[in-house]
Amino acid sequence: MKFTVIGERINTSRIAVRDAVAARDAAYIVEDVKRQEAAGAAYIDVNAGARLGHETEDMEWLLATIQSAVSVPVCLDSPDPRLLELAFALVSREPLVNSISLERERYEAMLPFLKGKECGVIALCMDDTGLPQSSDQVVERAISLAGALEGIGVPRDKIHIDPLIQPIGTDATKGYMALEAVRGINQQLPGIRTTCGLSNISFGLPQRKFINQAFLALLMGAGLTGAIIDPLDDRMMATVKTVDMLFGRDEYCADFLSAVRAGQIV
Amino acid sequence: MGYEDIAESVISGDIDGIQAQVDRYLADGATANEIIEQGLLGGMAVVGKRFKEGDMFIPEVMRSARAMNDVMVMLEPLMMGQAVASAGKMVIGTVAGDLHNIGKDLLSMVLRSSGFQVIDLGVGVTAEAFLEAVLREKPDVLGLSALLTTTMPAMQQAVKLIRSDPAAASVKIIIGGAPVNAAFADEIGADAYAPDAGSALETMQELVSV
Repeated sequence: MKFTVIGERINTSRIAVRDAVAARDAAYIVEDVKRQEAAGAAYIDVNAGARLGHETEDMEWLLATIQSAVSVPVCLDSPDPRLLELAFALVSREPLVNSISLERERYEAMLPFLKGKECGVIALCMDDTGLPQSSDQVVERAISLAGALEGIGVPRDKIHIDPLIQPIGTDATKGYMALEAVRGINQQLPGIRTTCGLSNISFGLPQRKFINQAFLALLMGAGLTGAIIDPLDDRMMATVKTVDMLFGRDEYCADFLSAVRAGQIV
Repeated sequence: MGYEDIAESVISGDIDGIQAQVDRYLADGATANEIIEQGLLGGMAVVGKRFKEGDMFIPEVMRSARAMNDVMVMLEPLMMGQAVASAGKMVIGTVAGDLHNIGKDLLSMVLRSSGFQVIDLGVGVTAEAFLEAVLREKPDVLGLSALLTTTMPAMQQAVKLIRSDPAAASVKIIIGGAPVNAAFADEIGADAYAPDAGSALETMQELVSV
């Protein structure tokens, strides 16, 4: 199966998006998500959380605007089950829900929300003690999350475990830790999906694009099945398509070649 | 005596070389305080400035801090109760419901290395715990971190509670974290917003000097 790109651009924490949402500038959002889809996004992540007091109406408007513009599903990005419940009623294609974690409050609110719903789930390896400190700890948390989600009827191939990427700048072992974690998750939970926001790896370092690009290739090599990235970042998408091809997931190198012809891989 | 070589070793993060340099200064009669204030803090001031300007990066700052801390441990027994001049005091924490520690930890490290006294309350800190710490520690500045849009209200509550207590209300409050910005700082009654650890250091120096 091809690598699953979740397009991260529609987030009201980003100033341009916040302004467009505040002004109800549908043309801006439509143009953005059409470009994400054309670049290869499998999901459009929608985070409407940053304008406090406007989360509900922003989410409603964004979903209406986005879903009429593209044919790929959305990834509903909020830790708030009330907002997710409302958003879930408005989706036209089976969404991803971003996210559940082992943090007690979120876990207890999200499990009843997810029960019986047709959707994929992103599950963060975070608990009340904070970020995982070792790859073994990531795998343990992944097993707990998968157990709980499978227990309420979510099929394993709809569970997307996020091992949580931490900056290499503050601890030189964090890159390898993530690679080991992805390998461990795949070994212990065959058939599970994995995803992450990987640009965190290069936080605080210069020339981040090289770090992100190399790390993406390594993570894909370790078995990562998807990532939350910017589909309009040509370097990252070139890596996705090239590695997919090298893994034998691109018959006749068709996607690679059409991306070259479209000027996306140069 | 110039102490430039010690400052230089702090800047380059020469963890092995710096101890021998300090030993030589001590043998020549320098006091621990002179070495700290002119050598170590002088070096860290350059590190802070270069970090702010984007000329040095987090791992390099960590290496400099490590070199400095190793020497501090060495010098501590020689201090004989003399206090090092503190650049200021900060209480810091990530707000309730939020367990992100990286930005907060990084800033704590940068501040400590630049001579600030930092009391780190950890992650998931309630408004009440912030208030209690401000009353107890009487810091110059309170630093609040939030990395989730959903914990921004917890930040607002913390500021509100601090401002409502006459004994705590005058503390300077600085906020940071991916979803917040200067407008939000204004809106909730914080004194400042810093987008990264380098600017936070500079803002801290400004807040403490007024």
